[in-house]
Amino acid sequence: MTFFAHLAFVHQSALDPAGEHARAIARLWDVFLGITTVIYVLVMIALVVGLLRKREGDASRNPRSTYVIVSIAGGLTVVILFGLLIASIFTGRAIAERPKNAIGITLRGKQWWWQVEYEAAHPSNRILSANELTIPVGVPVTLHLHSSDVIHSFWVPGLHGKRDLIPGHDGSITLLAEKPGVYRGQCAEFCGVQHAKMALWVNAVSPSDYARWADAERTPARAPQTEAEIAGQQVFLRAPCPLCHAIRGTDASGSTAPDLTHLATRRSLGAGALPNTREALGGWIVDAQRAKPGCQMPSINLRPDELSALVDYLGSLR
Amino acid sequence: MSARATIDVSELPAHAFGNRSIMWWATVGVIAIEAAVFAATIATYFYLQGNEKSWPPADTPLPDLLWPSINVLILLVSLVPNQIVKSAAEHHNLRTIRIGMIVADLFAVAFVVVRALEFRHLNVSWDSNAYGSITWTLLGFHTFHLVTDLADSIVLTVLMFSRHAHEGKRFVDVAENSFYWYFVVISWIPIYGVLYWAPRLL
Amino acid sequence: MNELEERALLEKTWANESGPFAWFRQVDHRSIGRRFLFTAFVWFACGGVLAALMRIQLARPNNAFLSADRYDQIFTLHGITMMFLFGVPVMEALAVYVLPLMLGTRALAFPRANAYAYYLFLFAGIMVYTALLLGMAPDTGWFSYVPLASPMFGPGKRVDIWAELVNFTEISALVVAIEVVVTILKQRAPGMSIHRMPLYVWSMLVTAMMILFAMPSVMVASNFIGLDRLVGTHLFNPAEGGDVLLWQHLFWFFGHPEVYIIFIPGLGIVSSITAVFCRRPVFGYTAMVLSLVATAFMGFGLWVHHMFATGLPQSGESFFTAASMMIAIPSGVQIFCWIATIWLGRPSYRPPFLFVLGFLAIFVIGGLTGVMVASVPLDLQLHDTFFVVAHFHYVLIGGAVFPLLGGIFYWFPKMTGRLMNERLGHLSFWLTFVGFNLTFFPMHKLGLAGMPRRVYTYLPETGWTTLNVLSTIGAGILSLGMLVYFGNALWSMRRGRAAGSNPWDADTLEWSTSSPPPVYNFQHLPVVTSREPLWHEPDQAPIVTGLAPDKREVLITRVLDAAPDHRYTYPHPTVWPFASAVITGMMLVAGLFTPWAFAIGMALLAIFLTGWFWPSNPKKEGDA
Repeated sequence: MTFFAHLAFVHQSALDPAGEHARAIARLWDVFLGITTVIYVLVMIALVVGLLRKREGDASRNPRSTYVIVSIAGGLTVVILFGLLIASIFTGRAIAERPKNAIGITLRGKQWWWQVEYEAAHPSNRILSANELTIPVGVPVTLHLHSSDVIHSFWVPGLHGKRDLIPGHDGSITLLAEKPGVYRGQCAEFCGVQHAKMALWVNAVSPSDYARWADAERTPARAPQTEAEIAGQQVFLRAPCPLCHAIRGTDASGSTAPDLTHLATRRSLGAGALPNTREALGGWIVDAQRAKPGCQMPSINLRPDELSALVDYLGSLR
Repeated sequence: MSARATIDVSELPAHAFGNRSIMWWATVGVIAIEAAVFAATIATYFYLQGNEKSWPPADTPLPDLLWPSINVLILLVSLVPNQIVKSAAEHHNLRTIRIGMIVADLFAVAFVVVRALEFRHLNVSWDSNAYGSITWTLLGFHTFHLVTDLADSIVLTVLMFSRHAHEGKRFVDVAENSFYWYFVVISWIPIYGVLYWAPRLL
Repeated sequence: MNELEERALLEKTWANESGPFAWFRQVDHRSIGRRFLFTAFVWFACGGVLAALMRIQLARPNNAFLSADRYDQIFTLHGITMMFLFGVPVMEALAVYVLPLMLGTRALAFPRANAYAYYLFLFAGIMVYTALLLGMAPDTGWFSYVPLASPMFGPGKRVDIWAELVNFTEISALVVAIEVVVTILKQRAPGMSIHRMPLYVWSMLVTAMMILFAMPSVMVASNFIGLDRLVGTHLFNPAEGGDVLLWQHLFWFFGHPEVYIIFIPGLGIVSSITAVFCRRPVFGYTAMVLSLVATAFMGFGLWVHHMFATGLPQSGESFFTAASMMIAIPSGVQIFCWIATIWLGRPSYRPPFLFVLGFLAIFVIGGLTGVMVASVPLDLQLHDTFFVVAHFHYVLIGGAVFPLLGGIFYWFPKMTGRLMNERLGHLSFWLTFVGFNLTFFPMHKLGLAGMPRRVYTYLPETGWTTLNVLSTIGAGILSLGMLVYFGNALWSMRRGRAAGSNPWDADTLEWSTSSPPPVYNFQHLPVVTSREPLWHEPDQAPIVTGLAPDKREVLITRVLDAAPDHRYTYPHPTVWPFASAVITGMMLVAGLFTPWAFAIGMALLAIFLTGWFWPSNPKKEGDA
């Protein structure tokens, strides 16, 4: 465990905007920070001078000049606040949702992961995934936000502010990435015991890379090739896994847990609880509760050889 | 010590009515709290209504109008003995207080009995849907406040027949109790309107 | 009767009883006020320990010091403790003690109700900390949002315990609020007309009125969720027409005024201390009063700013941004008036005043970050992050706790007859000031760097570790400051330097009587002829005579001009308030399990309340 980690290799900062909306907000932040800092310094200077100044005469006099100065200060307060209000309203208008030709993605918040469904007119063109979005740079993407359990909140600070997912009140948020990169986010509304481990990633790529990615995602699962992978697929289908998980192109069509069709392309397991490595995947299957106590994934009892084959198979689902 | 001016209060009365009395102010405080409760509950009623296309929702019948309207009449008429009692208290007229309070209490009892009939004729259960829930809850809060005031009034009535009846403060208590009854009656009117007329008119 | 005889008779009339059960029968505002304060600080210490546990857990990424479930109970209980068991009650407790003395009367209005409110408050804390020890403390946050708190996603009794805690503490606070309003309006010393009331009195009047209108909203919310959980109503169930956002509206309609309820008394304390330690009245009395009143009114119009991320219509959001920013105006005016007071007066850097300076330095930062989160676009990034945690600790610790610590130091000699040690006072101030800033300033950056609230852990790759470590170190220093402060208080109660009646040469009426005051507060009730009675020839001021010393008589005066109106007799000690509080407590706890508890409980309570209000022997007065 590193104690003083200087290097952050996740991009999760509101002050490092990579999206149109986050940039507008960061500019507003600069304005507010500048003005409030000046105000604070002036007030503290007034206080310190007031404490240290030499005084003479009757302390309980109320000179006229004091009334004038306090009134001016009050008036300035009003003016400055109005200015900040106007700046805020303008920025609000700039980041407001507008109907556009946007790519539509339905994002369903669940305890404690994100179900991702790229909308398409034809069902065979839908893309189903979990905890990760890939989007093209420079193209608006509207997330339709939905929750059927508790309130969650979608928040990827590098791209935009947050928007709650509220049962009974569907909402939406539009993102527009300005440069390629990987932007991390987290659920930002306390949603239960594993709220802390409900992360998601947005991969912003060039439009051509996006098109390639989308084509690949639409294809059904890669057929198992090696002996281990074939055995692993059998383990998967015999185990309880298909009750919850789907792998398109096989008989597994469970819909209450993440779609695993292209699992190997994702960067984490358990919405950020573990990295997506072979070892972590084995541990997750056998004892998910260890990494994410209280999560919905049960422990699956498998023999070591079964587990190894299963992990091989899942690792092949690119 | 001897050079100081003094204000001698020994001749002042030992009790006072209306907004001179601390009981009046306490009663106003309680009224403020209960009004806030009713306001929040009524706001909830309309908030939930705003979510539905029809209100009551489809397949839920309207609540019957007969019993609550009878209750409106009972309460309005009860204001007569109530005012008589209040005035009698301010004039320290014990005999009128005693008779008047018994009459007022009877009106309140009648109201509670009819209230039970209101509940039976709401035509929805509290756990059917949100409309049923808020209807029962709003009527339930009012019933709670009515029943507690009735209990309070009965105790006070008994007190006015006891040996304590002649104390100055008791007359203030009776006056404040009557003052509070005005609130019970006046608060029923909007609640009646919300529960029984809003679903019909809106 | 001569002076000595009169004092002896007053002593006898107002005496607190002695004996094994006497503690449960006391109704005297000072003894209730002391135990109210003591209990509130015990809960404060508990809440502080919970915070320390949280800081230890967050000092390292992927820390296993606390499990997720434990952490959730702890952060929930920390919030519940500070908001429901400390923030409001401690300010009410101080008022219970100080107000009658500052107003020149012998008692707080409705003494038995005051005792009842205290016991309910005590039982509330006992209930919820017992739940923690049993591993079933509420764990859905102090604001307990639905659907997480609904029967489907919050099984067990945890949320029900939250709902009953709210009932306990809100009933207690509402009862005390009525007493405060009535005492201030009707029991002021003759001559203390409405424009001669000390600013602290104004702050408590405004606070008590806010309580009357704000707290019912959360009681309605908690009883609604109780109904949903206990009897199957669907008020918050979207599947049957209920609404999840309804909860947020009801809760925050209370929740926003709640924070003003907590820090407006702090503003009153600041005025008291600033005047005394700058040797002059606070500048701009009328502006100060209007600012308090304006803040209270406007505080009711801001609540939606807690809901900016829920997708409200933009026009609505703009209104709430405007209101949330504009409320900074009256607060700003008050700050300018205090600075003017300091500018014109002669400051003396004794500990109470240091805490006022700490308040100014810290609260203004909190107010300014408040203006930031009032802006919808900014709030969309900052909401539910550690930035907000920083903001509200700056305004609440800066705006309420620092003044409170100053106020305790200031009124300590009046309460105990001894002064707190000044050197320890200075030390505790600096430790607290430095510790506080080190704990909470880094949190601004953490929020901007993407760290959400209410997370039991985080990954090392986020880069949040360093700031979290700094914050935890700060928490250690802050804890030390608190230990020194309260250690000083406890030690000084027995060993502090003896204080006379007015060790600070202060201006308000409580300093005209002995330290501690006799049990009847004043032998002769004072009459007031100015805003600063003790600074204007107090020995020449008139006094009130004619109140009977053999009955617990107080003088009731008129609301606006405080002219004497009539006399009122208050009750002797009695056990009914305690007994009624026990019945109420049992009813609320049984209500965790069955709705019948309320029917049976109310019936029992009716019997006990009848016993309470039934007049005693006419010879021995005491009826209200």
